[in-house]
Amino acid sequence: MAQTAAARAASVTERQYQGRVHERSRQLMSAWMGELSRAEAEGQPTGALMISGNCVELLRACHVLPMFPEVTALQNAIRHKSLPLILKAEQAGYSSDNCAYVKADIGLFLDGGMGPGKPIPFPTIIVCNYVGCNVYVKWFEHLADLSGARLFMLDVPFARTDAPSADDVRYVVSQLEELIALCEEVTGKKLDIDELREVLGHARRAEDGYARCKHLTKHHPAPFDSYFDSINMMGPINVLRGTPEAAAFFEEAVAEFEDLVAAGLGPLSEERFRTVIEGPPPYPYYRSFRNLFTRWGAVAVQSTYSTVGGIWEFGFRKDPRRPLESIAEQMLRENLTNRSIVARYGQIRRYVEEWEADALVIHSIKSCRLFSAGQGDMRDYFTRELGVPTLMVESDLEDPRYYAEAQIKNRIDAFFEALEHKKVVAGAR
Amino acid sequence: MNADAILEHCRQLIAEPLGAVAGQWKAGRPGGRAVAVYPVWAPAELIHAAGMLPMALLGGGASVELTHADARFQSFVCSIAKSSLELGFQGLVKGVDGFVFSNICDVARNLASIYRRNFPDTFVEYLHLPQNSTSPAVGAYAAAELRRLANGLERTFELPVTEAALEKSIQTYNTLRARLRALYAFRIEEPQKLSTTELYAVQRAATMVPPEDSLGWLDRLLAELPLRSARPRDRLRVVIEGAFCEQPPLGLLDVLEDAGCYVVEDDLLLGWRWFTADVNGAGEPFERLGRAYVDRAVPSSTRHESRARRADGLIDKVRRARAGAVVFMPAKFCEPALFDYVLMKQGLERAGIPHLLVEFEEKMWTFERTRNEIETFVESMLFD
Ligand code: SF4
Ligand code: SF4
Repeated sequence: MAQTAAARAASVTERQYQGRVHERSRQLMSAWMGELSRAEAEGQPTGALMISGNCVELLRACHVLPMFPEVTALQNAIRHKSLPLILKAEQAGYSSDNCAYVKADIGLFLDGGMGPGKPIPFPTIIVCNYVGCNVYVKWFEHLADLSGARLFMLDVPFARTDAPSADDVRYVVSQLEELIALCEEVTGKKLDIDELREVLGHARRAEDGYARCKHLTKHHPAPFDSYFDSINMMGPINVLRGTPEAAAFFEEAVAEFEDLVAAGLGPLSEERFRTVIEGPPPYPYYRSFRNLFTRWGAVAVQSTYSTVGGIWEFGFRKDPRRPLESIAEQMLRENLTNRSIVARYGQIRRYVEEWEADALVIHSIKSCRLFSAGQGDMRDYFTRELGVPTLMVESDLEDPRYYAEAQIKNRIDAFFEALEHKKVVAGAR
Repeated sequence: MNADAILEHCRQLIAEPLGAVAGQWKAGRPGGRAVAVYPVWAPAELIHAAGMLPMALLGGGASVELTHADARFQSFVCSIAKSSLELGFQGLVKGVDGFVFSNICDVARNLASIYRRNFPDTFVEYLHLPQNSTSPAVGAYAAAELRRLANGLERTFELPVTEAALEKSIQTYNTLRARLRALYAFRIEEPQKLSTTELYAVQRAATMVPPEDSLGWLDRLLAELPLRSARPRDRLRVVIEGAFCEQPPLGLLDVLEDAGCYVVEDDLLLGWRWFTADVNGAGEPFERLGRAYVDRAVPSSTRHESRARRADGLIDKVRRARAGAVVFMPAKFCEPALFDYVLMKQGLERAGIPHLLVEFEEKMWTFERTRNEIETFVESMLFD
């Protein structure tokens, strides 16, 4: 008797794979957070920075410890602590329509979790790498207002021409030089340009490793889920980039994933559908959301979220011989956030074609209009113009109130059921 | 035309679709081109210097029903983004040859590229206006960005922008802005003689016709309005803040005044009076215009200014206009306005200035609840 699609779906299981990558990532990130919590007592200057297309190497070489409010916000969401913080911010006047990342961060301050002597210190300087997201500007204006820390606006022209113009590069490089001067002022130390080159050398190795990992998911089955598992690599690549530890981490990751490829193993007992996932994950329901795909044997072979910090799988690497220009290039062009949504269609299209995906899943996030505003047009492009089966579901990356599990499950089930049917019909032919 | 006739003409003009108005202007000018600017600011003088008609693209208000655009943009996106796209789908901007967007928010940025994808035959440019207000490199960058727009217009329409023409257009727009400032100053003095919807109509109409035409109206209004007879009433003088992009329905502005307010300052239609002083000084015109963006821009939620706190500009406006309160009027889902609301509100509270929050959507059509809220607020203020 033919098995029903739903019954077959339920038979797929997770391989209980945690692996060294996951463990190592946790250790590295905890070590960094440990440093951060000691920074105030040790008189270590800190610099708040955003993830997207950041210039973390520069802060490192200047001996300013980077801190990332976005990471704090997402960790609070994963630990189911975001809602009370969001509500605190809303009581203070923030709108239910504002990005909840910001509200969770401001809520943390209002709740007494951030500030002098608190688990998360106030940064010494605030470096607003305005790379695409306009909310970044608001967020850091607010953080500067409440902490009194000096705000440095690093204005990065949006990708609106075929390649960055000389004027764009000059503008960013000049601001990077001003940022160096500011860092020197707070640390009392001159930047050693050779040290910056060395940091960029480490960054380059990490970028190389990250890109190799992402290419390994071209294999069938893919050795890891490029959406749900990439999160383990996003910390090391975006936060710890430029350290020798992050470089070594990626070399180990490549080795581990290559072993899985050789053994023909993927994250699930069976890879039945290969997807590309667009949009950030619902951090408050990370596990449940993942399970909805696991049931169907759906593995993400590529994702756009994993490229918010940088797009390295298409070849870009830091060049220690041209330190500032190379940092500027990554900020200007080599990341998802500073590119237009329609340019993202091109990125996804390559993913679908080169990674041989069966479908596109768009996770539309209320908080993040940078990602989501206009994703209906994206769906139109993929379904109507390219004929790629596309599913769109809506929730949020930080605010648990927008996650309607039953509704999301229904849509995912209906989508994969239809895909399954298509497969069966195609197989019968 | 006398003042009343001008105002009536403006009211009629702003009720027409943008494309139709552009078409009328082009009818008498073979080869004429119209380019519309999405909020908040883009250099109209540059479009003008190319011999084109600069216009403002301000969405569809309550007049367009969304039949295509709501499938492209989700429910949590502001209305102006959707209705502006819808105007394209419904052919209501046919006659407008190009659109200029800028980095005011994440929605506008996505909209620009989606516009270009859906209407590939239309000129669409996206400007990255500087957010760094203090870097020594920002002036050169701003000038280069404006030159890039000029080059794009020239490449597409074969209409060059010479420095001499730009110089002249800057002067024309300096004059226009000075007249608008004068009208605003007049309203601060005698709000009973110029209602908000009247000022709005003439200002919005000025974004649809060549500046040479609107200058004539403004001169006439400035001469005639003081002669109007109207007795000042006991009303609360307020500043409207937050409506810099999506525009509130005229009915809402009426309700605000009916409910007991005089609007003495606002940030409606900010783009056409973006500079607080003339664009003058040394240097060639592209540089001066770029420099003015950095140094002479009116405080706005869409531009970062590291030399002042968020609320400073608003508090200054309140004091200059001798207002008693601020009515925050952000469009629903408008992130820049909603974020700034918090810092501005805190600043106002530190300065002891009362405020009220009234969210709107361009397509809203019942105002009763809002009326009650405003009346209660006004009463609490006037009879305190
Ligand atoms: S809008 Fe999106 S990219 Fe910007 S801070 Fe919020 S979640 Fe991050
Ligand atoms: S109304 Fe606000 S959110 Fe919408 S496009 Fe305008 S500035 Fe952006």
